[in-house]
Amino acid sequence: MGVIETVGLTKRYPRVTALDHLDVTVTDGVTGLVGANGAGKSTLIKILLGLVPATSGSATVLGHDVATEGGRIRSLVGYMPEHDCLPADVSASDLVVHLGQMSGLPYAAARERASDVLRHVGLAEERYRPIGGYSTGMKQRAKLAQALVHDPRLVLLDEPTNGLDPSSRDDMLALVRRIGREFGIAVLVTSHLLGELERVSDHVVVLDGGRLLRSSATTDFLHATGSLLVEVQGRPDADRLLGQALVDAGLTARPAEGTMIEVEVRDETTPDVVRDLTVDLGLGLVRMQERHHRIEDVFRDGGAGSVQPA
Amino acid sequence: MPAVSSQPEESGLPAGVIHDLGYRPYGGPRLGEGPVAWAFFLTGLRNTYGLGRSARSKALPMILLGLMLLPALILVGVLVQAKNLLDLDEQIVAYSTYPLTTQLLISVFVAAQAPALISRDLRFRTITLYLARPMRRAVYVLVRLASLTVATFVLIAAPLLLMYLGGLLADLPPGRETGRFLGAVVGAILLAACLAGLAALVAAFTVRRGLAVAAVIVVLLVSYTVVTTIQGIAVGSGHEVVGEVAGLFSPYTLINGLQVFLFDSPDATPTPPDGTAMGLLYVVATALTILGAIGGLLLRYRRVES
Repeated sequence: MGVIETVGLTKRYPRVTALDHLDVTVTDGVTGLVGANGAGKSTLIKILLGLVPATSGSATVLGHDVATEGGRIRSLVGYMPEHDCLPADVSASDLVVHLGQMSGLPYAAARERASDVLRHVGLAEERYRPIGGYSTGMKQRAKLAQALVHDPRLVLLDEPTNGLDPSSRDDMLALVRRIGREFGIAVLVTSHLLGELERVSDHVVVLDGGRLLRSSATTDFLHATGSLLVEVQGRPDADRLLGQALVDAGLTARPAEGTMIEVEVRDETTPDVVRDLTVDLGLGLVRMQERHHRIEDVFRDGGAGSVQPA
Repeated sequence: MPAVSSQPEESGLPAGVIHDLGYRPYGGPRLGEGPVAWAFFLTGLRNTYGLGRSARSKALPMILLGLMLLPALILVGVLVQAKNLLDLDEQIVAYSTYPLTTQLLISVFVAAQAPALISRDLRFRTITLYLARPMRRAVYVLVRLASLTVATFVLIAAPLLLMYLGGLLADLPPGRETGRFLGAVVGAILLAACLAGLAALVAAFTVRRGLAVAAVIVVLLVSYTVVTTIQGIAVGSGHEVVGEVAGLFSPYTLINGLQVFLFDSPDATPTPPDGTAMGLLYVVATALTILGAIGGLLLRYRRVES
């Protein structure tokens, strides 16, 4: 059974249509919800929490109808909002305990859970300091902790990497993956940055202008891509030499940014071919990395607005 | 060289190692709407007196509570020590008059604590986190208001309780004192509800905390000053009815008038309501103030984005 199922879900505001006949099924694991700002991601989350009524269509979360069982859904779901929502004058520890109680945990249990969850998100001693003095990364962790404190069956994470520097972003994404894989909690995570979701999600849903652009397993997105970025050194024209050798060997290769070469992956032996050719030419292999751009290509190829049936 | 060889070990291992036990699911009880609302109410009440918050936020409410109790303590001391000397057979200051005498302290308390409870959630948008939880929107509003009302009631009623106990100690007639005290408690509940309702309403529309404090002070102090001035002029010029109607427009004079009408308490304003019609008007005005504030708050929060 799907964790989230929507059928013909539509939300119209006086001037804009935020969601347009959306049919989406989200299963266990980590699901990425991708879309540009204003694509309807936050509206969808608020409807799923039972906070905003849909104009038409229906949706169920964990088997409960969003229109009639909002309270039940909210006791089973954790929500991390996109915007700032933490009071400056309390500590993360006190806040998470309090919000745990607000989710129905008895005080003692809320304390224990809060301490556990703050450890999992990586807030150490600073959890006892007022949140006003936190960095953006620490605030995001505290926001994530309050979404997890009541051991939900599903968490809705709205732009959890917003405003983070690259290393905090990696930490946050690793956490998101752990929640889905190790904690056994289903995750719906939104982002307008397409590249980062393919690293953590099992499934990706792409929204555009309130409509479903594509919904499929992340591996499907990546299969189509398969290209390698290769960088070599040893001679001034090393990249051109290797590129020519690769083309001679029957592979598709083209110059990429800087002195790198992008090689289409034909099968699993392609990396070995690249390595062997580099050695044969007497060059040094500096790096060889997978390159996936494919989620972005969904927008480029499909073209915004051309809806494909899921 | 033991000192050197032990060095890397000591610095290499942190003093407290946290072992990752992995994620542990929660299988314990989950409470329903009632207990959650009760926990929310208690936290709000404690926060109003700065409990569970920083030391700085305890200062003002605790000082105000102390200042509220101080005159009552002195009155009780005089009553107990010099009852026979001064030939006293009742409280020096009537229970129903005490909140008017201390109205400045009560107004400052409400003005400082209503924004701490109401505006704070709106300004930091913490309300999103509450609304994403099982508690319904209307329950959130009513519980917040209840916390503020009870906190204000405690501030108003604590000195009255002290005076009551002192009165019993000074051998004032227990039956009469109990009756007057209970009347004053009803008055304190209604006054707390009016003040908390008005202050919460102002705070809910003023997201900036400093502005909210100023706005509540202005509303409560200015209304009280204007009303008492009009009442003074009304008495001086012989237009008592004008003063009686003016009394409807400040919570302090309103509730005092109500107590005069309902419990025959001694009047603390120059123009208490005279006659049943005016008395009933005071009852209606009190009900309208409280219910209007609740209604206004519910309407205001319907527009708060989740």
